[in-house]
Amino acid sequence: MLHTVNKSPFERNSLDTCLRLAKKGSAILLIEDGVIAAVKGTVQSAKIEGAVGNHAVYVLGPDLKARAFSEDQVISGVKVVDYAGFVDLAEEHGTHNAWL
Amino acid sequence: MPAYTVNGTDYEHDEEGYILDVNNWNEDLAKVIAQEEGLNMTEEHWLVVNFLREYYNEYQIAPAVRVLVKAVKKKFGEEKGSNKYLYELFPYGPAKQACKVAGLPKPTGCV
Amino acid sequence: MAEFEFETEGVKKTFTFMNRKAPYGTIYALEVLETVLISAAFEQHANIIFVDDGVYQIKAGQDTTAINMKNFSPTYGIIEMEKEDADEDDDIDMVWRIIVEKESLDARGLTEDDFKVSVEVLSAAEIADIVDASDCVISG
Repeated sequence: MLHTVNKSPFERNSLDTCLRLAKKGSAILLIEDGVIAAVKGTVQSAKIEGAVGNHAVYVLGPDLKARAFSEDQVISGVKVVDYAGFVDLAEEHGTHNAWL
Repeated sequence: MPAYTVNGTDYEHDEEGYILDVNNWNEDLAKVIAQEEGLNMTEEHWLVVNFLREYYNEYQIAPAVRVLVKAVKKKFGEEKGSNKYLYELFPYGPAKQACKVAGLPKPTGCV
Repeated sequence: MAEFEFETEGVKKTFTFMNRKAPYGTIYALEVLETVLISAAFEQHANIIFVDDGVYQIKAGQDTTAINMKNFSPTYGIIEMEKEDADEDDDIDMVWRIIVEKESLDARGLTEDDFKVSVEVLSAAEIADIVDASDCVISG
């Protein structure tokens, strides 16, 4: 199962619910405003810092870049992927759960 | 807006003949709509129409054809509980034509 | 131009419908509900799950007359009826579950008595297993 989150954790509870309901070991990809959760040093950072032990966590590079975040600002343990990586993840995991 | 006139009262309908306010329906109006559709209302027609109205009142949408078939089967027996039988009653389809006679809005989805 | 043919006869999948939004404020709740009804027409297995503000979709006592919108909460009764039908009729190969997340209920001070349909109240961990085992997740 591949979970995607596209909302900022400052705006919605989509990430919280995703982390509560995603089975351990499943993959999580942060896209669009969801990438804000992958950034170090915010009051929301602890959520993804805690998640990397239980899930493979990815963040979409183009969405980071668009929002002026560099890869060094990404929480350690989170992998940055490009669009081709997104496609690979979707293909690899089959079922997709979009937390809107 | 076009309208059916029944017992001196006008009931507005859309360009396809569906009445605009489901709450305005009555049996005399249904007979007039059926006549316009070229239907001769038998006991079985009324059963379908009444079932549609009861279902709509409870759930606020028209039933799936599967559900309607099952209800007819329950009332009139195994041999009449088929899609084919419903089309014999309402040649333009139980969804479109029976809903029109029952005063329900035109079904939008896959019913 | 390539032609695609899909063999759908006899295909049976387990769908999870993840309802997370309150009704009326956005179109999500109604759209997911319509998708659930379509899955019934094709006799598919379904987990209809209410999480976060989605639990408000099935709260009893909704009255939309003053906001001039259609109250679609009675339509959830169809889900309950389809479920009972599938449970009782051996000819219908369809397993339906109506599930509410306990954490979402507790957070909103609700109990299962507040709902207009009967539900299973399950923990987040139990729901995680059910979601993970499904073939397709439709969320809103």
